[in-house]
Amino acid sequence: MSRLQVAIVDYGMGNLRSVANAFKAVAPSISVAVTSDPEQIAQAERVVFPGQGAMPDCIRELDARHLRQAVVDATQQKPFLGICIGLQMLFEHSEEGDVPGLGVYRGEVKRFPADKMHDEQGAKLKVPHMGWSQVHQTQAHPLWSEIPDLARFYYVHSYYVAPEEAALTAATTAYPFDYTGAIARDNVFAVQFHPEKSANAGLQLLRNFVNWKP
Amino acid sequence: MGCAKRIIPCLDVTDGRVVKGVNFLELRDAGDPVEIAQRYNDQGADELTFLDITASSDNRDLILHIIERVAEQIFIPLTVGGGVRKVEDVRRLLNAGADKVSINTTAVLNPQVVEDAASRFGSQCIVVAIDAKKVDNQPFEWEVFTHGGRNATGLDAVKWAQKMVSLGAGELLVTSMDRDGTKIGFNNPLNKAISDAVDVPLIASGGVGNLQHLVDGVTLGGADAVLAASIFHYGEFTVQQAKDYMREHGLEVR
Repeated sequence: MSRLQVAIVDYGMGNLRSVANAFKAVAPSISVAVTSDPEQIAQAERVVFPGQGAMPDCIRELDARHLRQAVVDATQQKPFLGICIGLQMLFEHSEEGDVPGLGVYRGEVKRFPADKMHDEQGAKLKVPHMGWSQVHQTQAHPLWSEIPDLARFYYVHSYYVAPEEAALTAATTAYPFDYTGAIARDNVFAVQFHPEKSANAGLQLLRNFVNWKP
Repeated sequence: MGCAKRIIPCLDVTDGRVVKGVNFLELRDAGDPVEIAQRYNDQGADELTFLDITASSDNRDLILHIIERVAEQIFIPLTVGGGVRKVEDVRRLLNAGADKVSINTTAVLNPQVVEDAASRFGSQCIVVAIDAKKVDNQPFEWEVFTHGGRNATGLDAVKWAQKMVSLGAGELLVTSMDRDGTKIGFNNPLNKAISDAVDVPLIASGGVGNLQHLVDGVTLGGADAVLAASIFHYGEFTVQQAKDYMREHGLEVR
């Protein structure tokens, strides 16, 4: 089995084909595969950790496939991209189902609080937050290369991460308050939005990830 | 601040082809699905909806190939609806590359499908489509209809919307049967009543004839997204023109 350049971690939650399709579109010559084999993940050059659905289910399925260690190891060792629940699971705990996460970073995953979900004019803001919102880059990073500040990315989520350490945040989005839209630390970059569904800006971010040498 | 109001072109699919009606009768091939999707994507569409209008269940799998091909090349959210009867149908559409699956008649006949699909795949990918019509023989204003508007259900559209959200629908696609095809604008009171009654996003559908209707759908109808077919298919307006118009009228668009 040859070494994958990009391993997309599959733990049985949702369809990962869009993520694979997007990588194939931006980097047709590299080897990309969706995999639930811990060994293949350990060997891969880069790891993508996506996720959709509810975090308690994601954690349960991750453990059922014995993938926890491979994912945590990858966050310490190689270029790592978390997407959506793949970002949320890196934290210590989630309000969704009151479950512990992988605990790679200190902080909590919180639900959008019902009493704050309205804009300046008092109009109701919906949960899930579903659609294209501006992403404000709060630190320079190779993954933002060629992507203008405040570019819009596609979000769909009801929970957001609140890192204990503010310096972890690489981008914020306002809905209606500023929350963490992306984090960056060493070889790890993780986003709440879906780059694989965010048209050109999203494809550029994936291209940047493939070229990233942390 | 917040979220851009989404513009969603809707493409009709039958027997594996994207089609458009001519004078509401004859269906003509509208071109290659990938090319059409690409064109809307290039115009700045925020999302695409494919509606399978295939009459025979024999040919319904053909839409899977369309979705597969589009999902390989178009990187915006794709919603597919029409003929979804079982959780297994949802799974197959998601696996083909759909990001969301819209459930309509089945939600009424068997609401358990909505609950099961949402708990298995997540609310984010379950859209419940509600076809509603104004009625005067009920103690409520708008009644849910099924089978493309032919069958009355006795259900209050607003209460039905709340029930669907409680079962796990992550979004509602509300079509006014009174307005569909009329080009006189969305049924904004209906949309507003539902939008105010639920926390999840609402897509307004049915009746768009001009760009002001899109604006009204948001400002008067409380819609989070607007869906339109004919104004885009027949080249009356591009998605970009729709966005420019909405932006000029103070709405946040991508």
